[in-house]
Amino acid sequence: MAIFLTENSRVVVQGMTGSEGTKHTERMLATGTRIVGGTNPKKAGTTVSIGGADLPVFGTVAEAMTETGADVSVVFVPPAGTKAAVVEAVDAGMPLVVVITEGVPVHDTAWFFEYSQQRGHTRIIGPNCPGLISPGKSNAGIIPGTITQAGRIGLVSKSGTLTYQMMYELRDLGFSTCIGIGGDPVIGTTHIDALAAFQADPDTDAVVMIGEIGGDAEERAAAYIAEHVTKPVVGYVAGFTAPEGKTMGHAGAIVSGSSGTAQAKQEALEAVGVRVGRTPSETARLMRELVTG
Amino acid sequence: MDLYEYQAKDLFRAHGVPTQTGEVVRDPDAARAAAERIGGAVVVKAQVKTGGRGKAGGVKLAGTPEEAADKAQAILGLDIKGHVVHQVLVTGAADIAEEYYVSFLLDRANRTYLAMASKEGGMEIEQLAVERPEALARIPVDAITGCDRAKAEQITAAAGFDAAVRDQIVDVLQRLWDVFVKEDATLVEVNPLVKTPDGDVLALDGKVTLDANAAFRHPDHADLVDVAATDPLEARAAEKGLNYVKLSGSVGIIGNGAGLVMSTLDVVAYAGEDYGGQKPANFLDIGGGASAQVMADGLEIILGDPEVKAVLVNVFGGITACDAVANGIVQALELLASGGAPVTKPLVVRLDGNNAAVGRKILQDAGNPQVELVDTMDDAARRVAELAQGA
Repeated sequence: MAIFLTENSRVVVQGMTGSEGTKHTERMLATGTRIVGGTNPKKAGTTVSIGGADLPVFGTVAEAMTETGADVSVVFVPPAGTKAAVVEAVDAGMPLVVVITEGVPVHDTAWFFEYSQQRGHTRIIGPNCPGLISPGKSNAGIIPGTITQAGRIGLVSKSGTLTYQMMYELRDLGFSTCIGIGGDPVIGTTHIDALAAFQADPDTDAVVMIGEIGGDAEERAAAYIAEHVTKPVVGYVAGFTAPEGKTMGHAGAIVSGSSGTAQAKQEALEAVGVRVGRTPSETARLMRELVTG
Repeated sequence: MDLYEYQAKDLFRAHGVPTQTGEVVRDPDAARAAAERIGGAVVVKAQVKTGGRGKAGGVKLAGTPEEAADKAQAILGLDIKGHVVHQVLVTGAADIAEEYYVSFLLDRANRTYLAMASKEGGMEIEQLAVERPEALARIPVDAITGCDRAKAEQITAAAGFDAAVRDQIVDVLQRLWDVFVKEDATLVEVNPLVKTPDGDVLALDGKVTLDANAAFRHPDHADLVDVAATDPLEARAAEKGLNYVKLSGSVGIIGNGAGLVMSTLDVVAYAGEDYGGQKPANFLDIGGGASAQVMADGLEIILGDPEVKAVLVNVFGGITACDAVANGIVQALELLASGGAPVTKPLVVRLDGNNAAVGRKILQDAGNPQVELVDTMDDAARRVAELAQGA
């Protein structure tokens, strides 16, 4: 098992024929992902060869699902077209939509998230995220496939490169699933959603949770952990030195007045018994101590 | 991007929200002329992107044009919570019968929007929320339905506005919602929204935050950027498409990925505690690619900061492996040297991830005397802090 993405996942790529889409489709294929095709209305009916695989191009997500049984979509469509792409996938009934695109206007995300909630059958991950990988099984997004291996740790993070850093530091132990949920103010899948799934996953023993300044998702996750998570959780929070009122790279990474500080997040996590590392390496050491005793 | 009051009111007017006209001026003579044109009593208001202007002496009533010039003289140059006043808004003085509060904002936690409204405007809303939470109505607004008439009526009813102004506020709320959605704002706030003795409802102040991600569909928003108030290094970085934030420290930071760079700042600040309080000088995320040109641009910006004594390059090689990053660094140093600005400050480089060993070898073989390789992020942070202290 793993969460959200398994060896049986059948992945369609929205925006596969664009440069980013092609590049990452090739990388996903190389790490064993079952890519069943892509969409592009202008190239519908054609076949493209990517990384030695001949992949069909469909006009719509609905068509791709009917023809291939796809149950995961990865979105590489530029910001101006992201809302329409996600709405199309939701309308088609796609169970999981992974939105890699960075720079999506927050009103568009709030709209398509609300739409997916009303329809009630689609989980969205992202936007502005690296996607997720269940090592040895499948990789949906842009996470490098070769820096870790399969194992029994779960990882959920707002940041891409901190995800990679942690995957690499604990590569000898390995991971069940690593999810980058994204650094935007509104995201489809939260720390809490991932924690709930890891708690329920029999193949995950412990969870690393990486947060950063902005909003109160980490504080909410802490409250959730106290109530619902019995597996050990180790945490890390980035942005202690970030000044108030400045956006630090991620659109959602901003301390507003006294809210959204790293200090508050660390305190909330520690208050419920989560050990929080001062640096990524210390966090990895804490997890190593936990699982190796 | 936060807007100035006068910019927020320009957007309000464009969407039919009732407000007063005014003029933005940068010196007392212009304030006098503006007051003459407006006629009667005016208010001179500091234009800074922070609250508490009134308490800080940044908002003054003036009965005559001469007095307006005097007040402008007093306000221009004031430091309000670290924001120096460079311009004032001169606007007609409205008589106020009652003060209200209304806003729309992004509710990150619930991934929707929130309308807030109160009959008790004028004071700082954070204070009202703490002291009299029952006086502040908070109504969720769905992203798809938005603030239609029914929602606006629900908000006004929840806030308990008097029947005499309710219809006007229902109208104002729908127009403010237009500002919120059509201008891609993440905050639209009016405090105070006032009732005049004649019974008219007016937005007397305005606060708007725009979503930078939506800039592509609002080319006109580029004009709202206050270029003069932008840090010169941040402005140069923005021209080069770099994600740079100026801080006040001695250790320049370059990394890939927002989270890793934020983390690097923290780790350097911790390490700096042992080395005379060295702190990070900046945030700079060069993204995944880390090409020679991007690396050179980044180094140029960072070394343009005279406070920087040493630089830490912290890269995790994922899709762009470390050998490519190392080649980028070597070429960047050559580019800067051939451009007549060789790097003369110490550069600590930490490479980890894909092909890290190959990347380190490339840097070793290049033999640049300024470059020092350290294998882990924590050790690299200590080393760069030590170098910054010694410089």
